[in-house]
Formats: sequence, structure tokens, C-alpha cells
Amino acid sequence: MTQPTRDGQLRYPESPSQTAGPYVHIGLALEVAGLPPRDVEIGPEIATRDAEGEQIEIVGTVIDGNGDVVEDILIEAWQADANGVYQTDYRADRAFRGFGRSAPGEHDAGELALHTIKPGRVAHPNGQPMAPHINLMLFARGINIHLHTRLYFDDEAEANAACPFLARVPPTRRDTLIAARENNDGVPRYRFEIHLQGPRETVFFDF
Amino acid sequence: MAQNDHTAFVMRDRGWHPPAYAPAYKTSVARSPQQALMSLQTPTASELTGPDFDNFALGPVDNDLLLNYREGTARDGLPIGERIIVYGRVVDQYNKPVAGTLVEAWQANAGGRYRHKKDAYMAPLDPNFGGVGRTVTDADGWYRFRTIRPGPYPWPNDVNSWRPAHIHVSVMGPSISTRLITQLYFEGDPLIPLCPIVNTLNDPDAIDTLVARLDKAGSRPMDSLAYRFDIVTRGALQTYFENQG
Repeated sequence: MTQPTRDGQLRYPESPSQTAGPYVHIGLALEVAGLPPRDVEIGPEIATRDAEGEQIEIVGTVIDGNGDVVEDILIEAWQADANGVYQTDYRADRAFRGFGRSAPGEHDAGELALHTIKPGRVAHPNGQPMAPHINLMLFARGINIHLHTRLYFDDEAEANAACPFLARVPPTRRDTLIAARENNDGVPRYRFEIHLQGPRETVFFDF
Repeated sequence: MAQNDHTAFVMRDRGWHPPAYAPAYKTSVARSPQQALMSLQTPTASELTGPDFDNFALGPVDNDLLLNYREGTARDGLPIGERIIVYGRVVDQYNKPVAGTLVEAWQANAGGRYRHKKDAYMAPLDPNFGGVGRTVTDADGWYRFRTIRPGPYPWPNDVNSWRPAHIHVSVMGPSISTRLITQLYFEGDPLIPLCPIVNTLNDPDAIDTLVARLDKAGSRPMDSLAYRFDIVTRGALQTYFENQG
């Protein structure tokens, strides 16, 4: 009997990432590619109109280091329900799905949109509640491994100020995670801008 | 079945994955964050959960790219190209099967052309080929697709850059912490070492893990060759000691 001496004997290496590429839509956002949708697609409707909670729209853009909108971006969103619970059993036929995908279409000028409900507060491991937030993952040509960030809401100022997770983010960069509520006649709408680089670079997480 | 609520995972080895900034792949230059990623020593339920697709309503030919673009049967027309089976297991870093996870795949046709509004390569579209598939792993982590081998194609990076034949592969795993998109290459393809995207990986051993192997025994005589491609997601760490003291 010998003890394992190399890392590879203790565990396999994770499969390494490769960019999702310019044609990611063929696989993950069929209508944007121009492909006929299948019976069930994972789309931008994280929650239907029948879901419990406050109905909201989220719109936004991703901007590269040159200031150009990343029109071929694909984002994935994962969020808790109105009670702050992650519903891990994904069912497309439920009013609340918890998971969604969005990619700008041909005529959207790079603007992303999600329809959902405002998530409830999820407990931090320290026991305090985190402010409502949506977890986002970004995929695109030129992004070699997807980027993780969070979206918070600017009309939750009190909860944001008390959020133990946001408290760890350097104060000067905290704003990069906060979406702004817009005046909108119908459903409340929040707008975000994700900056991949530059003075307003969004905070991205490793976990 | 919720596979994961608050399981922790083996730390992602960022030196094994490609760096965000890899200037030989030119598009990465303006799309790579320049600030350090913020590492979470205490991940929360937000990071440690994710959608479980065990109950996802798959269509009957979602994993059969030979049949899933055109309505009808094989008699109505099949895609042109080398018929192949691509199969393998999704396991975690401790070789435990990742069951009930969504595996999605997309690819170019045999001529290297994607069925995408934005692909203007001169190679023709194939009326019988869409190029997208999906499936959910079984209890032992196995997945399987039937397709045609995609062609290589030129792309604007260097003056004369070509992608090796590849299939894009996406897996969720038990949590958003294990989310992964990568590319499958084919054993023996001379374009692999010449590709700026492949070469965003610094370690030749990492590249080697993305090369599917011909599995002659798994092939169907007079029908299809088989390629084996296993996918490894981050290892789930057990909580042996509940009490933090």
C-alpha cells in the first residue's frame, strides 16, 4: 500500500471550460439562433404571471472594455422564490421555476430581459438574512469561463445596507451589483448594466 | 429529487481552466475582467443550490441530432456526414455519478456551418440538420447523443484561423457552483494544437481531457462509430463534522 502522491490520484481534475462561442444560442436560446423551439425551452420567464410574489421585469446590457454592448451575450439566472427558498426541482410547468435564460434577439440592440418575481430573503450561513438578489451567470464568445455575479435591487436600500454578503463587497464597487428601478406603467422594471472591464467593472465572484 | 441543498464543492482550480484574458484569442481581450474575482470563503445557499433537471420533460428525439431537426422519420431525409454516437459519463471529481443532470450540446454540420442567423460561412446548410441536442443523465451518470461529426471551419481571429471539429457541451451539475460549458474535440484532429481557443488552456493535460476517444467496441457495425467523452464536475465535499466548535 502506498499513499497517493499526486493530485490526480486523490481526485480527478474538473473538465476545463471552453468559451460558449458566438453560436451558443443554437444550444441554449434556440429562437435567437433562428431555430424552431422544442416543446419545452428554458427561457426568460423565471416566473409566470401566476407565481406568488411581486411581478417584476429585469432589463439590462453587458458592456465590454471598449464600451460596446455585448450583443451575443447569454445569461442564466438562478433565484429564490418569494419566501426566500431555492426551489431546486426544476419544473417548466410550474408558475415559479427559479431558473431562466436570456439572450438579446436580432432587434434588441443587445438588451436582455427577464420576467420574474422579486425573490425573498435567503439566510446567510451566519444566520442573518441576505438582501433579495438574483444570481447571474454570463456566457459569450470571448468569455473563456463563465462569470458569476449577483443582481440586487435599489429600492431595497435598508435590506442592502444590512446584507452580510454585500458588506463583504468593497463599498466603492457595491453599486455595480445594484439594479435601478425605472418608472414603468405596468410591472415594475429594474435596469442593470454589467461592465466586463473598466472603471465601472462589475464585481464577479469565485466560489 | 433535490440533489443538493448545501453541499460544498472542491475549490475550482483557476489555473487549470483558461484565464479570462488570453490575448491570442482576440475576443477575450475586451471581454475579460481586469479586477480580481472576489472569492467567497463562505458560499451561501445562493451558490450551493441549483436547478435539478431530473424531472425535465425531454422530447423523444431531443438527443438524436440525426432526427430531431426535421419532422418525420429517417426515410424523409438524414443529415449528410459521418454518423457518430457520442456518449460518456458525467462524474464528479471523486468519480461519483452525477445523476439527473441536464447535458446540452450544439455543433456545426458536416461542412462546418452552423444553423445560426449570424453564421455566414460559404459552406451550405444541411436541410436535415439543426445541430442541437439535450438529454438528462441516468442514475449512473451516463448520457448519449447520436449525431454527425461536425466539420472544421475558418474564423476571423488570426489571418487564417480554423477551429478543429468540435461539439459544444453544457452541464449543470448539482449546483450553480458546478455549472460548466466546454467543448469536445476528436482524437487525432491535426487542428487541435493549432487552435487559439484550445490554446487558452495552459496545460496540455487539460486539453487532453477534452479530446473524445474513438470507442470501436461501442460503435454499431454498418451504422455509426462511437466516441467516448466523460465530463468531470466539481467534487461534492462531505460534511463529516457538523459541529463548528
